[in-house]
Amino acid sequence: MAIDSFVSVDEILKPERAALLRSRIFGHTTLAIGGAVVLLVVATALLAPWLAPHDPLAQDLGARLIPPIWHDGGDPSHLLGTDQLGRDYLSRLIYGSRISLVVGASAAAMSAVIGTSLGVLAGYFGGRVDLAITFVITTRLAMPVVLVALAVAAFVGSSLQIVIAVLGLLLWDRFAVVTRSATMQVRALDYIAAARAIGASTARIIASEILPNIANALVVVATLEMAQAILLEATLSFLGLGVPPPAPSWGLMVAEGKEYMFFSPWVITIPGAALFTLVLAINLLGDGLRDLAAPENRA
Amino acid sequence: MLAYAAKRLVVALLVALTVSIISFALLHLSGDLAQSMAGPSATAADVEHVRKAYGLDRPLLLQYLDWIGKALRGNLGESFFLKVPVAELIADRLPITLTLGVCALLFALTLSLPLGVLAAVRPNSWLDRLALGLSVLGQALPSFWFALILIIVFGLKLRWLPVSGDATWAHFVLPAVALGYYATPAFMRLTRAGMLEVLASDYIRTARAKGLRAPTVLFKHALRNAVIPVVAVAAVQFGFMLGGSIVIESVFSLHGVGYLGWEAISRSDFPVVQAIVLILACIYVVLTLMADMLNAVLDPRIRVR
Repeated sequence: MAIDSFVSVDEILKPERAALLRSRIFGHTTLAIGGAVVLLVVATALLAPWLAPHDPLAQDLGARLIPPIWHDGGDPSHLLGTDQLGRDYLSRLIYGSRISLVVGASAAAMSAVIGTSLGVLAGYFGGRVDLAITFVITTRLAMPVVLVALAVAAFVGSSLQIVIAVLGLLLWDRFAVVTRSATMQVRALDYIAAARAIGASTARIIASEILPNIANALVVVATLEMAQAILLEATLSFLGLGVPPPAPSWGLMVAEGKEYMFFSPWVITIPGAALFTLVLAINLLGDGLRDLAAPENRA
Repeated sequence: MLAYAAKRLVVALLVALTVSIISFALLHLSGDLAQSMAGPSATAADVEHVRKAYGLDRPLLLQYLDWIGKALRGNLGESFFLKVPVAELIADRLPITLTLGVCALLFALTLSLPLGVLAAVRPNSWLDRLALGLSVLGQALPSFWFALILIIVFGLKLRWLPVSGDATWAHFVLPAVALGYYATPAFMRLTRAGMLEVLASDYIRTARAKGLRAPTVLFKHALRNAVIPVVAVAAVQFGFMLGGSIVIESVFSLHGVGYLGWEAISRSDFPVVQAIVLILACIYVVLTLMADMLNAVLDPRIRVR
């Protein structure tokens, strides 16, 4: 039996799908770098108990403000030094990644559900529904986010769950705006008319025709909002109304180190740099995904 | 144009009204105000006393109507903590926040307009890439952290600029940079995109063919038209800056409205918080309304949509 009855010649000569995807991903440096850093942070967060050399909450007042290993007076058992209460900075940084990622992912997921529902409804039905939802979006944009989030966190009592809920309820505007216009574009296409002609219900059209076709835009917005939520959590914690101490939130670490920043600048530079790197990586990942989804828009 | 303006005005008023309802409801429903005002050590009788004294035992709708009715006449109530009219407190502090906002906006524009123009003149050059790279980096920079780094470098190490207070213009330099850099990427991209479009148009070709000098063409003919969308976005960004000034003001101890809001939040001074949310929202609404009007005047197609 000839081999070509199993595999067609075309099949062999054509580049493998996976290889094609690989070249598109690695051909794109921003996506590769952003993705690698995000994966690294996720792995760090998952493996925190095994990676962290010390208990992130264990205080040692005899070992306060030890500088990182590359400074004079560094201590090999505390690679990134210790904070004002003698807690190991590397361990706090490692556990802090969990807070950032959990807040970022949960708040983005929550706002995705709210924003996408509003955006798809507005884009699909148009007319009065669109007017009403556009009004809701405009109103949301007029509210000062940081101030409202701080006020609610202060009056309800701040905790990780409250921070997630507040950010999830405040950050859906971009999801709504983007899905609204994406839905409007998709809705005008022939296959929607075809689906309607064969008698598909509105719910079915939205679920199996609209949503899959705006998924690309959704993923890109999700990365942007995740980055935004991580920055805002850090900001709220920095102002003392986000994740309460002694949790090792990176924003809180900067706030606690503020008094010591002149003589021990690493107490604020290290957590701030971690925050910057993670947010930058997520943004790069989002930019890369956007190009992957729409190569024709590549700048 | 009049019909369009009237329509936008009605929407703006409705938005302002809705924000006032939401901010009122949010603060009332998020906890027992009487309890948080009386403090953690207060007895049940104390809490009841506070509730009566501040009218917090009345139905919510009645409290809202009372508040908004007075607010419309310029009476924003009295601070629980400082015992002064809220309107006075805010009028005292608003100039500082507005100064900060204007400085931040000027900083963002002076940085991003030239960069955007240069990036458009030589697309895909190293300068274009540098500008794009800077804007990507800038958007990942936490503003509170950037502010602290500025303090360490320019305030404590180099001792060039003061880092706290509002006594002189020099006091506003670092806060303006820390608040304004976040808006630069948006301005720069808009300028670049606008310039690219304008530079490709026929009248620029004509201007060049007439033998006009390159800078004249660039700044007199092209930039004027390219900058229109930037002006509209600048108005909206200014609104965001006022809202975001709470972070920067608290880092630099600038006693503006944002700082006042932060203080008021931490001591449950609830009429002040409510008034600040309302005023910032109203300023934002007015700014976006102005941006819409400006766009409509400059681009008549918008009016009929």
